[in-house]
Amino acid sequence: MTARVGVVTFPGSLDDGDAARAVRISGAEPVRLWHGDPALHGVDAVVLPGGFSYGDYLRCGAIARFAPVMETIVDAARGGLPVLGICNGFQILCEAHLLPGALTRNQHLHFRNRDQVLRIEAVGTAWTNAFQSGQEVLIPVKNGEGCYVADPATLDRLEAEGRVVARYVGGNPNGSQRDIAAITNEAGNVVGIMPHPEHAVEALTGPSLDGLGFFTSVLKHLVGAPA
Amino acid sequence: MPRVVVDVMLKPEILDPQGQAVANALPRLGVSDVASVRIGRRIEIEFTGEPDLDRAREIADKLLANPVIEDFTVRLAETDETVDAHR
Repeated sequence: MTARVGVVTFPGSLDDGDAARAVRISGAEPVRLWHGDPALHGVDAVVLPGGFSYGDYLRCGAIARFAPVMETIVDAARGGLPVLGICNGFQILCEAHLLPGALTRNQHLHFRNRDQVLRIEAVGTAWTNAFQSGQEVLIPVKNGEGCYVADPATLDRLEAEGRVVARYVGGNPNGSQRDIAAITNEAGNVVGIMPHPEHAVEALTGPSLDGLGFFTSVLKHLVGAPA
Repeated sequence: MPRVVVDVMLKPEILDPQGQAVANALPRLGVSDVASVRIGRRIEIEFTGEPDLDRAREIADKLLANPVIEDFTVRLAETDETVDAHR
């Protein structure tokens, strides 16, 4: 049976269309989820896409966290549902306390938009098991508030537990501490990533096909996951 | 109706690039004796009934501030503290 991967649309989501397309290209069925509807409609995994939910008012992701669909997703994620937060989705996952730390204004204050090399360091997560440890991938980054910060104890714990999923290579685009581009929760089912794998799934529109690995990973994970 | 004022500031150890950008612009105004600038957010809350500081604290903790990177203070607005405080 084809896996069903939900893609949430918040008011101000921008990359929900591309995320759904990436899901389809990876071989799964994209299911559009709506911020105001708490039902997950039987999806096997969820992508929180990039964009500017609720206009980035207050703080990026701060208001989206209280959307009806997020209450269901937070509970389901604690129960093991694979959730990938991309860019604004990463910010929402931090605001919802599914991931530690926070994303703040880029250190240099400039919006950064470029193709970025990342090194995948944690390949045991639901979203990165198709990669090899240390593999370098090329994926677009585009953010104004992508500077990952956490207190030193949290950063040390992330490193010690192998929860730094990806790091920026060849220049840190936003000042993120320890060059962190992506992290995971303790269980490895929730991943937040600042760059955009959904923009690197087709030769026509992306700099590589490297982003596809995130979406095929979750399918592998779902096949192997106990029912 | 009395208002509750919530001030949200980045924690001292969190870099404030906005504040730095403002500080860096000050010499263009001829101001050279400012050591640092930090930017926060002031939120004014009006309750339908009596102002409730405990409730305001809960709102601040859950939504207005992100405790990972920000601190906040909650207080009643002074009686002469009006919305057009810029006068």
